[in-house]
Amino acid sequence: MNDVLIWPIIFLMSAAALGIVFRSKATTQLTLALVGTLAAWMMSSGILFAVITHGTLVLPLGNWAAPFGISFIADKFSAVMLWIANTLGFFCIVFSRYEIDAKKIGLGFYPLMMFLLTGVNGAFLTGDLFNLYVWFEVLLISSFSLLTLGSDKAQIKGALPYVAINIFSSCLFLLGIGAIYGMTGSLNLAEISLRLKELENSGLLVSIAVLFIVAFGIKAAVFPLFFWLPISYHTPPVTVSAIFAGLLTKVAVYALIRFFTLVYVKDALYFQNALLLIAALTMIIGVLGAASQNEFRKILSFHIISQIGYMLMGLAFLTPMALAGTLMFIIHNIIVKSNLFLISGAVFHLTGSFELKDQGGLYRNRPYLSVLFLASAFSLAGLPPLSGFWGKLILAAEGLNIKQYTMVGISLVVGVLTLFSMTKIWLQTFWKPFPKGELPLNKNIVGYLIPITALAALSLSPAIYPEPIINFFLLAGKELMNPASYIQAVVTAGGRK
Amino acid sequence: METVLPVLVGIIFGVGLFLMLQRNIVKLAIGLILLTNGTNLFLFTAGRLTKAIPPLIPINQKTLSGEFANPVSEALILTAIVIGFGLLSFVLALIYSAYSKFRTLNPEEIEVSG
Repeated sequence: MNDVLIWPIIFLMSAAALGIVFRSKATTQLTLALVGTLAAWMMSSGILFAVITHGTLVLPLGNWAAPFGISFIADKFSAVMLWIANTLGFFCIVFSRYEIDAKKIGLGFYPLMMFLLTGVNGAFLTGDLFNLYVWFEVLLISSFSLLTLGSDKAQIKGALPYVAINIFSSCLFLLGIGAIYGMTGSLNLAEISLRLKELENSGLLVSIAVLFIVAFGIKAAVFPLFFWLPISYHTPPVTVSAIFAGLLTKVAVYALIRFFTLVYVKDALYFQNALLLIAALTMIIGVLGAASQNEFRKILSFHIISQIGYMLMGLAFLTPMALAGTLMFIIHNIIVKSNLFLISGAVFHLTGSFELKDQGGLYRNRPYLSVLFLASAFSLAGLPPLSGFWGKLILAAEGLNIKQYTMVGISLVVGVLTLFSMTKIWLQTFWKPFPKGELPLNKNIVGYLIPITALAALSLSPAIYPEPIINFFLLAGKELMNPASYIQAVVTAGGRK
Repeated sequence: METVLPVLVGIIFGVGLFLMLQRNIVKLAIGLILLTNGTNLFLFTAGRLTKAIPPLIPINQKTLSGEFANPVSEALILTAIVIGFGLLSFVLALIYSAYSKFRTLNPEEIEVSG
């Protein structure tokens, strides 16, 4: 049964490879991408179900038992991230059908998307530090190509700092891997965790941890390393923005959480204050940046940064409850943030602009789209009973429990400011009349509405029936704070003879 | 060697970062090339440097004996070199594309009009 772990990657990679073969055939490429992501989604649903019912799954690749070979591991955290990544991947492909033109398909849009998703899947599944680096590079280089696809001037301008800073952070990541390999002689996360426990708490360990924090911090766009994000995320096609916004920064957050709950268990508290400070500044700067913008996608980009702050805050609290809240918040954020980007695409299709001042009249003419926006925007701001509320509620309750009153206060104020920017979009795009005469009414957006509705329904599910979902995340949080079970699963899963 | 290489890595990193901070995107690319190579050297050093034989098991034995060179760090570097090659060729293409679109190498003069 453990073999199922490799299947999402096989499906996505085959879809990518076949997509390159059928490069000139747009319909075949779309079909391949749809089938590939749907198959990967079904596999990851299976993985999620198996992890819930049977516990952690481990697959030693090539029958090389840990710590000698690379193992794929799915615990609750990995499995749910994998599932949400593939869900989002599928709906973004559905959306892309109406947005991506034949020229971009000819340039290899679909194979690149498949490779990006392959990288994300691999990063969530792998239990090996160097392999994590390789998956990061797979998704990075696909993201570089997707960001510059079509080579508009704005895209090239945004891509230059994006590419440079990400290669730099990959170098830091690799330095950290080298140093940790030099100290422990292993690259398997579980094995490293065991060996670090035996080492004395030396200064070198702290500096290695700083390397990892900076490397993942750049990729997750935390303060003060976030500047590359808002100048690049609004330049590619909306489908690409949406999948970037949903997944790329969260893969780095995933890596940070994994790192501090599994590898650096002993030193995690040492960094608590630093992480709290970074989290607070990330939240505040992000939300203030958003308040000063007047372009739909730029506002959303700054909110990505602000919400990375919440995730770091939960990690810095470092209790099972706080991690449960963080995980729930990450999942909620992936869905809602990507959905808002998709909505911006539909709005662009209707009004012909991403600038708020050139948009308008949608509430009168497109009430259904407006309701979908409102549900997502309120959810982003954390209004009860929408999905954003539950993650924030758990985080705030736990923050009060462990007497982090300042952080809780900041996070609540940031929530209000988020609501402010969402209201700004609501007033300008939806409520005010269309500035240039009449809004063209003949445009069909049903194709856009299908994936947006599906994602909105998904983000509403915790509002309707929260208990099993919250229970799942509480269990996942407990599991993260108890790395012994993860290590046990990896070490006992020998190669099958 | 174990004392010389770390110093060399430090120098390469210093020069690479200095070049990255110049107002010229070609120097940025050269800086990135230096950084990735410095990182590879660091990985090499982290795997311990020994004057020893390659890790090949003699034909009539079952295990390695004596001192042998660490194959893991070599495998890591090979992978990192290939990845770095891919990334850097993308950077060069990007810089060429930026130059042909904006006719400047100064990142501060890159403006998107209209």
